Amino acid sequence: MGSLLRNQKARNALLQAVFVGALGSLVIAGALIAQQNMAAQGITSGFDFLFKPTGWEVTFSLLPAKPTDPYWWYFLIGIINTLFLGAFGLVTATIVGTVVGLARTSSNDLARLLGRSYVDVFRNIPLILQVFFWNALITHLPPPREAHEAWGFALTSRGLYVPILNVHGLAFAGAMVALLAAIVLPIWLGRTARLGSPPEQRRPLQLAAAILALACAVLILFLGRLPDTALMNVPALRGLNLQGGLRVPPEFTALVVAIAIYGGSYIAEIVRGGFKAVGRGQVEAANSLGLTPWQVFSRVRLPLALRAMLPILANQYVWLMKATTLGIAVGFADFFMIVALTINHSGQTLEAIGILMAGFLIINLSLAALFNRINKAIALKGNQLRG
Amino acid sequence: MTDLAPPAPGMLEDLRRRFFASPLQALVSLLSLGLIALVGWKLLNWALLSAVFDPSQGAEACHRAAGACWSVIAARWRIILFGLYPYEEQWRSALACVAVVAMTVLSCIPAFWTGRRIAAIWLAGTTVFYVLMKGGVLGLSYVGEESWGGLALTLFIFVATCLIGFPLSIVLALLRRSELPWISRTTGLIIDAVRSLPLISILFTFAIVLPFALPHWLQGDKLYRVIVGSALFFAAYQAEIVRGGMQGVAHGQGEAAMALGLSYWQRVSRILLPQAMRNALPATINQFVISFKETSLVVIVGFFEIIASGNAAYGTGEWRFAYAEVYTFIAFIYFVFVFSLSRYGAFLERRMSVGER
Repeated sequence: MGSLLRNQKARNALLQAVFVGALGSLVIAGALIAQQNMAAQGITSGFDFLFKPTGWEVTFSLLPAKPTDPYWWYFLIGIINTLFLGAFGLVTATIVGTVVGLARTSSNDLARLLGRSYVDVFRNIPLILQVFFWNALITHLPPPREAHEAWGFALTSRGLYVPILNVHGLAFAGAMVALLAAIVLPIWLGRTARLGSPPEQRRPLQLAAAILALACAVLILFLGRLPDTALMNVPALRGLNLQGGLRVPPEFTALVVAIAIYGGSYIAEIVRGGFKAVGRGQVEAANSLGLTPWQVFSRVRLPLALRAMLPILANQYVWLMKATTLGIAVGFADFFMIVALTINHSGQTLEAIGILMAGFLIINLSLAALFNRINKAIALKGNQLRG
Repeated sequence: MTDLAPPAPGMLEDLRRRFFASPLQALVSLLSLGLIALVGWKLLNWALLSAVFDPSQGAEACHRAAGACWSVIAARWRIILFGLYPYEEQWRSALACVAVVAMTVLSCIPAFWTGRRIAAIWLAGTTVFYVLMKGGVLGLSYVGEESWGGLALTLFIFVATCLIGFPLSIVLALLRRSELPWISRTTGLIIDAVRSLPLISILFTFAIVLPFALPHWLQGDKLYRVIVGSALFFAAYQAEIVRGGMQGVAHGQGEAAMALGLSYWQRVSRILLPQAMRNALPATINQFVISFKETSLVVIVGFFEIIASGNAAYGTGEWRFAYAEVYTFIAFIYFVFVFSLSRYGAFLERRMSVGER
């Protein structure tokens, strides 16, 4: 035994076995105790509960939901809500961040001052405080009868009312896909190597593809129109409440605004860092070649800055995605809130936490994988001189 | 002999060059100026000119005024800052906050940057805080954790998180760098799993789910479970920062130490860590800033920290309308702490880059 302990290999193996074994037994002991506790409360462990009806309402859902729906359907709703909120939050935060970041790198002192004060103020206030603030602001707005109205939009204490097209939900989704295709197709056509012709001669093809996709979108919308209704569904006051239009609930608006403002202040710093990373020599070279300021920006500084920004931006997006879990603070039914409610109502604690972890792992890993692909696709080829 | 240097531009000419060099520049300048003037005037008007400061007139005066109603702060500041802490004992809560701030300021001074001094300061500060808050000794009456609240609770969670999380992060970083594959892989798995989860879900697990999986004698108070959870989260992020700092230490350093016959602990504590911490300092300060902001999340698992006490301060009775003033006040408190910490981080970065130029 003594000689075995003096053998380095044996000692290392023993050390590792002890370490992993201790951690493993901790987890197993915890799981056993949990199972015992749950059995004492009459809860059977396992994933059977996923197919039982929930018996409670969900406050916000893009898909039809009623209390007789099973748990797995509610989890799906939660994930879709989280992705929906995340998509809105990320896009708006990116827009805000780009504008503020450009202001911070501008040569104009006043614009820089504005950008800097924005970042300093909003970065240093916790996100949850901003969420609470915007939520309180919206719920303290006047009731629907005295709403602030403009161009068919209405701001009330019950949320934001926006006019929508009178079309079927599926048709609307289809039209969105067609619109997306109208943007993506021409870009793909311009870059793909599958067509024999050189990219410069593809302008007519790109134009045709875009027009075709747009026509498809209009056609789908036309076919999907609800019969016997006006083209637009504009919110209007009827009795004490607003009828028609689409009601965006206050908690969703508050979350998007807060994520846009807070996330925007972080993204602004990333944008600034990206532009700072562009070598001086490259900008000077572009200037001395006689490019106009706009050309220097759009052909030299922006493409190079974008490549420096992307990896950090990907991290920030993953972070913002996790920040959507603040929905529970104001009652927005995101993935985390559905999990928390499930634990309250069904008691399936361990299973629900497992589903939560798996869900966030999948969301975060796919986001990271997507950005890795983009990063690889646009990376500068070959060895570049820096500086 | 004529002076060849161009004449110094006059003030008008200087202004023209800086802000109106081209039509685009002029547009940006005018837009920015307009925005600054508009926001500045609105804020000034709201916060000072049309604001109500006198609490003696009650909420009625605020309804008539167009500006902010600071009398809500004057009337309710003790709730916001101290929460449910017994009214006569709130001076203790205030003193405890001062102790924590003093401890933080002291540990920011480079003269105290040796492991022993930092440890001494933090142990002393935390002990003073704990004794003042909890009482039961030295003639102070006992106040249980369930009635702690407001700023003191926020600070306590932050300090305790750092105090547990920081040593833990070094341990995790060392384990992840271990040469034994199973140890480094398992640690890596734990770190990555914690990092991929939102903090709220970890706080929720520790506050509400963990009692299920722990034997009764190990459960402890909810406050301490949440602190352990938040420390684990902090440590997972900080471990990666420390590991990054360790990777920046040249290989030769460790090899030289080995050749001198130093033991593992000597190599880690005398050679590796001091250099790694220096590399990791800016990111570490940033992590402190982030985790200070994130202590605010404990409001979700039902703690009466500063945001929850703010909600309570305007949520009842006559001050129901005054949410903006209360949130502004809390935002200002956070801003003072976070902004000074991050300015300090920027100062450190400049200070350390002097040696590398």
